[in-house]
Amino acid sequence: MSVFTLSQDAKEAALLPELVALTERHRRACLPYRRILDAIGAVGPYERVADLPWLPVRLFKTHELRSVPESAVFRVLTSSGTTGQRPSRVYLDREAAAAQPRMLAATLRAVLGERRLPMLIVDSRSAIRAATLSARGAGVLGMMHFGRDHTFVLDEGGGLDAEAVKAFLARHGGAPYLIFGFTFMAWSHLRELGLDLSQGVLIHSGGWKRLAEQAVDNATFRRRLGEECGLRRIHDFYGMVEQIGTVFLEGPDGGGLYCPDFADVVIRDPETWQEAPPGVPGLIEVVSTLPTSYPGHVLLTEDLGVVHGVDDGVWPGKRFSVLGRLPRAEARGCSDTSARSAA
Amino acid sequence: MSQLDRLRGVFRASLSLPADRDVDGLEYRAIPQWDSLAHMALVAAMEDEFDIMIDTDEMIDMSSFAKAAELLEKHGADAVT
Repeated sequence: MSVFTLSQDAKEAALLPELVALTERHRRACLPYRRILDAIGAVGPYERVADLPWLPVRLFKTHELRSVPESAVFRVLTSSGTTGQRPSRVYLDREAAAAQPRMLAATLRAVLGERRLPMLIVDSRSAIRAATLSARGAGVLGMMHFGRDHTFVLDEGGGLDAEAVKAFLARHGGAPYLIFGFTFMAWSHLRELGLDLSQGVLIHSGGWKRLAEQAVDNATFRRRLGEECGLRRIHDFYGMVEQIGTVFLEGPDGGGLYCPDFADVVIRDPETWQEAPPGVPGLIEVVSTLPTSYPGHVLLTEDLGVVHGVDDGVWPGKRFSVLGRLPRAEARGCSDTSARSAA
Repeated sequence: MSQLDRLRGVFRASLSLPADRDVDGLEYRAIPQWDSLAHMALVAAMEDEFDIMIDTDEMIDMSSFAKAAELLEKHGADAVT
């Protein structure tokens, strides 16, 4: 069953009551969240998803935000963040921990199917060793659940292991297989291989900052990987640990990121905080019904984005792109005036 | 060896547990050895041992030894014994 089915009106109608219920649940169960809502005077009623109160995503770095008793916490996820920042801490109870891989699987099924495909990983095996597990390693490990016969494109020293890739292609190259890597790793290493990867389905994530420095945008990325590796099935995704299990997935046409049925984005004008119309960039707010054990269901990110269109793409709902990060010094959350100069 | 005994053997080998360890009550992430990396190794070892293909959803739902035994039954792997 696909999770890319709801038109924007149908999604709004489905999400609103669920998100309102989550807001009230977290308000009751999470004291710091209740204090924040009290402080900003968020009382409802909420007529639209865009009316719901949001939390700046960085609060997960500074506050212990959970809506379940400590004894019910099953897993605590952390993000590495950039150097010098405290990591986010995300508290999952058993139910939330079980739901997140299921919903991620349901989302990726739209492009991968139900089978675990043979998998090429554009990274080194050392990235997933538990003792040194970085955010990148955790991302690789999470994605490995969607594959089989995991083969690493880089050797332990970080050099290209072309022989391993050739052997993989000899075993699996005749039918679809999964390739996963962080965006800049996929860009740097796949073209270097000089091999025909035309049966591959490339899933990548991690952002465009490092590629933007080389003036490589998404269109260039897709075109060059198509020309040089034969890759035609390429899907970027956008997601964050503070909304684990929810990813926004690039459609087959490369026309933008799409929202699964249980999630949505609201682009906010950083001057008025009102929802920006399609075509107008602003800060990305992500909403999802998955965060049941912590108040992460409506989050204002520090990323700039733009909605390209609504119900006009290969899948229904909003079609959007991430434009980059708001400069750190200017991102201070929902009531700070310094963010106004960013747009 | 019965199918269940073979499954116990696969669990012990994949999770690096001693040969006399009772595994029937095990649950995913309840012991440090059964982490997400071991889970993938376990699923791959089950596929090899019983010549089955485990889908993504089945892998995610296989949260205990009991669920793994159910999964084998569903795949009709008992015919192999």
